[in-house]
Amino acid sequence: MTTTPAADTVPTAAALALGDDALVLSHRLGEWAGHAPVLEEEVALANIALDLLGQARVLLSMAGDEDELAFLREERAFRNLQLVEQPNGDFAHTIARQLYFSVYQHLLHDRLASGDGPFAPLAGKAVKEAAYHRDHAEQWTLRLGDGTDESHARMQRAVDALWRFTGEMFQPVEGLDGIDWPGLERAWLDAVQDVLGRATLTPPEGPRSGAWRAGAGRQGLHTEPFGRMLAEMQHLHRSHPGATW
Amino acid sequence: MVTTTPLEERLLELAGSVPDPELPVLTLRELGVVRAVRAHGTDSVEVDLTPTYTGCPAVEVMSLDIERVLRENGVREVTVRTVLAPAWSTDDITDEGRRKLREFGIAPPRTGAASGPVRVGLGPTRTREGGRPADGPEPVRCPHCGSAETELLSRFSSTACKALRRCLACREPFDHFKEL
Repeated sequence: MTTTPAADTVPTAAALALGDDALVLSHRLGEWAGHAPVLEEEVALANIALDLLGQARVLLSMAGDEDELAFLREERAFRNLQLVEQPNGDFAHTIARQLYFSVYQHLLHDRLASGDGPFAPLAGKAVKEAAYHRDHAEQWTLRLGDGTDESHARMQRAVDALWRFTGEMFQPVEGLDGIDWPGLERAWLDAVQDVLGRATLTPPEGPRSGAWRAGAGRQGLHTEPFGRMLAEMQHLHRSHPGATW
Repeated sequence: MVTTTPLEERLLELAGSVPDPELPVLTLRELGVVRAVRAHGTDSVEVDLTPTYTGCPAVEVMSLDIERVLRENGVREVTVRTVLAPAWSTDDITDEGRRKLREFGIAPPRTGAASGPVRVGLGPTRTREGGRPADGPEPVRCPHCGSAETELLSRFSSTACKALRRCLACREPFDHFKEL
């Protein structure tokens, strides 16, 4: 590994963690293109994916060459949360994933933006984008939770299924030293439980941390669907090295 | 802060005269995305450009267009840097820019909106002339007929920076440049 001047000032591990979250979720949301329930939603999910891709490009460029990092790393080298790599499932699963992640991202970037660390400039932009993502997820959670019997049941299944992946978000990330992680977790729980309550959904009660928990994505351990996602995401670049438009 | 030289002022004007690739009625100066121009000697220039959204794909075209215009005006070496801070806000769009957006059929962003998206209730979000709290947001007006009675159809539209709305008076759908 070579040391560049940037390595002294940029916490590479944190840039990879945040950048991989954004990249992987962006790809998952992109998978909805052509499959979303209505045209407006297709456009919304693609726009959210584009915001995340833009954030990923900035963050990965802080850690190295963005294309090499995105397309030539093996699964174990990715540092994203296991939450964001979970398959889209039905629309309720996608919305539950969006709710959990966008509330986290909004709260985290809000804190990073108010500091003077290397991530403050990016966080200052991302927090505004995440506010729209969060609003989108909250509105859909309310609509599906407080909707028909079918939509309520599906939304409840989705928030339950993804709950075990949410504890990982509050493991301290190396290099983000100024963050009060327990405080972040309390703010996240308050916000998510408020939305779930208004959506007439039961806040899940399963374990989020402790002996039995999902979540070692930050250490490079991922769930089975992630390998298949990467294969699809990387195959064009790997099949045609150096190709340009 | 370094003082701007007359040469830099002229180059800033040139760079700012480039039309936005997605909204060609606006110049980059009216959009508020060209932050600074620094001349090193007489033929090497550095331009600071800020993106509207982090993932805005137009940034690359903007950079190329700025380079082309400055080269055509005798600058030999042009470097366009993307700067993120301070974050761009729709408040950076000039009054002239807002007028042109409206003429182009896009409702301009409301000012003083740095606080993010307007919190809304369920269902299509309607705005109207009266009945809003004193500190509430001003209505989004239809760019076609000027009515304040409009409703939100989708929070995201043809580009990340726009939302899709419909006028309840003339029934025309229109894009609204979202507050950021």
